[in-house]
Amino acid sequence: MSELYELGIEGAAEGLAKGEFSSVELTQAVIDRVRAENPRIGAYLTFDEEGALAAAKAADEAIANGRAGAWPSRLLGIPVAIKDLINVKGQPCTCASKILKGYVSPYDATVIKNLKAAGAVCAGRVNMDEFAMGSSTENSALGRTVNPYDVTRVPGGSSGGSAAAVGGNMCIAALGTDTGGSIRQPASFCNCVGLKPSYGRVSRFGVTAFASSLDQVGPMTKSVTDAALLLQALAGHDEMDGTTPDEPVPDYAAALAGASLKGVKIGLPKEYFIDGLDPEVKRLTDAAVAKCAAAGAELVEVSLPHTEYAMAVYYIVAPAEASANLARFDGVRYGHRSARSDDVFNLYARSRAEGFGPEVKRRIIMGTYVLSSGYYDAYYGRALKVRTLIRRDFEEAFAKVDALLTPVAPTPAFKIGEVQDPLTMYLNDLFTIPSSLAGNCAISVPAGFTADTHLPVGVQFIGDAYREDRLLRVAKAFEGAS
Amino acid sequence: MDKPAIDVAYVAELARLELTDEEKAVFQPQLENIVKYVEKISSVDISDVPPTMHGRAIVNALREDEVRPSLDRETALANAPARTGDEFMLPKIVEGAES
Repeated sequence: MSELYELGIEGAAEGLAKGEFSSVELTQAVIDRVRAENPRIGAYLTFDEEGALAAAKAADEAIANGRAGAWPSRLLGIPVAIKDLINVKGQPCTCASKILKGYVSPYDATVIKNLKAAGAVCAGRVNMDEFAMGSSTENSALGRTVNPYDVTRVPGGSSGGSAAAVGGNMCIAALGTDTGGSIRQPASFCNCVGLKPSYGRVSRFGVTAFASSLDQVGPMTKSVTDAALLLQALAGHDEMDGTTPDEPVPDYAAALAGASLKGVKIGLPKEYFIDGLDPEVKRLTDAAVAKCAAAGAELVEVSLPHTEYAMAVYYIVAPAEASANLARFDGVRYGHRSARSDDVFNLYARSRAEGFGPEVKRRIIMGTYVLSSGYYDAYYGRALKVRTLIRRDFEEAFAKVDALLTPVAPTPAFKIGEVQDPLTMYLNDLFTIPSSLAGNCAISVPAGFTADTHLPVGVQFIGDAYREDRLLRVAKAFEGAS
Repeated sequence: MDKPAIDVAYVAELARLELTDEEKAVFQPQLENIVKYVEKISSVDISDVPPTMHGRAIVNALREDEVRPSLDRETALANAPARTGDEFMLPKIVEGAES
């Protein structure tokens, strides 16, 4: 290992524990790297250098005091990049939107509270599609992020800044959020590990809501072990989020010990291996299947018959929830207020018109439409029932197999500006949406590079709900297999 | 299939979202396309299928109704675009009211 900023959580924690370097040195290395690379990559929107170094210094003191005993956590003194919709007290939280320009968080999200308690350094805020709506980070109103593997291409989205920061070695690890694929697709595009936890496994308190029945915070990291270490700090019941069950959180890192694919049943859903898949994505996915077989996994063809309806269900349910969630941006209590707000209707309508970008507006309109009188039953009501059928498909599959293996996205990273039509952009989420609707956990793991363009491509493993331990074990064994 | 019934200008008004004429012209065909796409769920047989509202249903996640500390007034008002004293300031809403 040549540079400190190239380390992941596991390596950095080991170096800190052995006293090979301090958290201040590690954090300074990340700061220097961000200074050098961010003008080119645009992963970060802001970076509180002073706050980062103060947190690092505190971590170093804790390490010095605890040297004789057990470490409080492996995240102690580790810089983690935070997606710009997760509230960190005293820092901006813009959701990459003009409507929240200048907003300063009055409190910590629960995941941040947990990270701070573990001693992590949460200082840099990374770019994203506005309000997490998009698959390329091109919908950010506040900056452009490019793919560190090819700066003419997108990093994916909506957690594109998180993926670019991890893939470009501008952090040790990052937090992203995933509603329909926003952790997994950018992880695939930028050669990271990206884990979307099962719905309810991680608290959403303090995370700006996009689609409340789907949103999850998750780790974006340089290895599967790092994802397990970061998830450990995030997962669990939170009394501030009524959708987090009070169920025990397994020791994820311990679950990785001796990870092997021998005898593991891996399902290949036939609906995911379709014509129209990019030939290089197909080649690398087939190679991943062969790698699992060679490592002793038992491969089983399965069927998820309602897959073809998942995109349609998602683009009803997610905008419906978004239109309700984004109603809070009305120019009254926080955020942008139009100077042309002469009466209260104009205060709302013009503040929102000036504050939101085009994709957010489209989704608000779409969501309002499917919830409006006369259309509710045909769209929203029906979509919720089809969602049940999609969930049942997964339940039946997981009665037979331990994990599913699928592509993450139909293509590798595409060129900036290449996808203009909104519906075409939505197709990026074809393979990630169904498991989000079903509430399963799913992970994107690097699977190799395209032949001519040398772009990273990930493979997706989907796990049964609340079995992140088993999913991580499969992913770890895949990562280690040759 | 018939042309979808979405009227972007009308729905935007319901959503309290002012659109320019240019935005209306761009969004109308885009949203017609999206609506047409999602109409594919109309062919699914959903008889006797209950709805799924959440990724994982939890019923009655309640706590004791007790007073706890919350954001203090200054913190809550700190991001206000306009305030007067301890309140958010708004344009007049009720006709004839004192402002």
